[in-house]
Amino acid sequence: MLKGERLTLMHRQFFISVVASIVFIFEVCAQEGPNLGLEATVEEIVAWDISIGPDGEGLPDGAGSVSEGANVYAAQCTACHGEQGKGQVSDRLVGGHGSLTGSAPIKTVGSYWPYATTVFDYIRRAMPYLQPQSLTNDQVYALTAYILFLNGIVDEDETMDAQTLPDIQMPNRGSFRQAYP
Amino acid sequence: MLEIVGYSKGHWGIPNIKERLNLGGIVEVTPKTMEESVAGNGLLHRRIFLAQAGALLGVGTIGMLDSGAVQAQNIQGRPPWMLAPGKGVGAYGTRARFEAHVQRAAGSAPGMTGSGASRTPLQHLQGIITPNSLHFERHHSGIPEINPDEHRFLIHGLVDRPLVFDMDMLSRYPMISKIHFIECSGNSRVAGLIDEPVDQNCGVLHGLVSCSEWTGVPLSILLDEAGVDPDAGWILAEGSDAAAMSRSVPMAKAMDDAMIAIYQNGERLRPDNGYPMRLFLPGFEGNTSVKWLRRIKVTAEPTMTRDETSKYTDLMADGTSLMFTYPMAVKSVITSPSPGLDLNEPGVYEISGLAWSGGGRISRVEVSADGGLTWGEAALSGPVLDRALTRFRMAWRWNGAPAVIMSRAIDDTGAIQPTRDSIIAEKGMNFAYHYNGIQLWAIDAEGRAVNTYA
Repeated sequence: MLKGERLTLMHRQFFISVVASIVFIFEVCAQEGPNLGLEATVEEIVAWDISIGPDGEGLPDGAGSVSEGANVYAAQCTACHGEQGKGQVSDRLVGGHGSLTGSAPIKTVGSYWPYATTVFDYIRRAMPYLQPQSLTNDQVYALTAYILFLNGIVDEDETMDAQTLPDIQMPNRGSFRQAYP
Repeated sequence: MLEIVGYSKGHWGIPNIKERLNLGGIVEVTPKTMEESVAGNGLLHRRIFLAQAGALLGVGTIGMLDSGAVQAQNIQGRPPWMLAPGKGVGAYGTRARFEAHVQRAAGSAPGMTGSGASRTPLQHLQGIITPNSLHFERHHSGIPEINPDEHRFLIHGLVDRPLVFDMDMLSRYPMISKIHFIECSGNSRVAGLIDEPVDQNCGVLHGLVSCSEWTGVPLSILLDEAGVDPDAGWILAEGSDAAAMSRSVPMAKAMDDAMIAIYQNGERLRPDNGYPMRLFLPGFEGNTSVKWLRRIKVTAEPTMTRDETSKYTDLMADGTSLMFTYPMAVKSVITSPSPGLDLNEPGVYEISGLAWSGGGRISRVEVSADGGLTWGEAALSGPVLDRALTRFRMAWRWNGAPAVIMSRAIDDTGAIQPTRDSIIAEKGMNFAYHYNGIQLWAIDAEGRAVNTYA
């Protein structure tokens, strides 16, 4: 093989490899992604989806009354949150109305939380602190009703469920503004 | 008293003889080693550190003078570590035992094991990268021990195809690496929103910020594969910890630069930073970068979780509250000198610190050594990256008199770090999150630095 032919061959190989690289890069860029995820079944999603929207989306079946909630509270919550939600080692749940503009604001479910659905969502996912997700839906509804009652938001004879809870108007709701969007 | 030179850019002011007499009187300044004053009370152009006459000028070392003197006396002896072979190689490294005092400042509520925070000792670190073992922590119900083989990640909600991933699948996706800070929005609260200045060190006051190289999969790739409904405006991200900590994030952010982070500074995430995977949202308040990520639900509206309503909302003086205050504002702090790092004698020192902004790159850092009367521009040292910690440096001749030093950062959107007074005038004292006021350190005549408000 002559010297010139070899160079030409090398050039050709180089050219081919450059073209191949460009095609490869184009294909990688054009791909949406490796598409490795497995399609989730409805059952799988239901088992995992524990979040509740402010409109009540996601609230499960079940119901709980203020009086039932008082019993659950005494057994599960008093040690950390104190008698009747007055606070202990953990957050106070009751009172604080009118304190938000003072020098020591007290942010409770009654004085601060904008949505009642959040109370259900948070108790169910994270409480009691040492045994999260151990309460039944009825117990969570009952606790929600009791804490709202302690804050003067619902009456003593009321029951919370997927229909009644989203209709609760929280006292401080109008004080929240969204920085985004 | 030095003349007030104001902004220093391009300033070549040469100290007159009066000033030199007030600069501690240690050295005679010759034309070759002239100190270029860039602002009041001894702030110098850092070119002074490049001059070979540095030793002649009496460059001090913070907190190191005594050990330096001892070493000098022993320089003729043979140190014991030269007289026998040292320890062999090891499978996993550890730091020098002499550095064991460099620790995170940790605290948690009594009876609430697992719920608390530990803070990065910023005053003991250099450069911009935080070692993984010293990265700050904030957990809401402890650190879960997750077997990566059993971990699953679900994307569902307003999507065409709800998808489940395991770690093996995610590891086959194209990855990106980005250096970014992450900061808890409660950082610096104790530095500025307490009635009296809290007498603590820099890490305790400002250490809920750290900076790492994060590597992982762009979230947009996974969302595209699931097929996001045009009505979707938000995502809900949920952790696999005992608090199932969850936050809503705008879809625009999720599709822009959100990452499923799997590696931190080259190694797999540590359990305290979300092992085996976390959401990472550059520039946003740290709580939204949900650790131990197990689920993303695509929604039309925010879910209004506990941690975006009753917590992580900013209570203004008029009693209204701001939600979704995501970006971390421009901030800086001098890490040295700072409380615990004393000046041993009058002389030239390097003022060093960190600046960062959730809005972009740091474009300028200014330093004052006269309580804010005059400011000199600090050198930005090392990489200056988008939404990353940025190291700044400034030369300072401390004359031995009490002084108040401070820094203020400006980012490339033009945002300027405000004073504590102006923030409180605007927002009051109750907002609790996103405090970014200028930090003042008061240096007394003994060279000790303390937190001060004026």
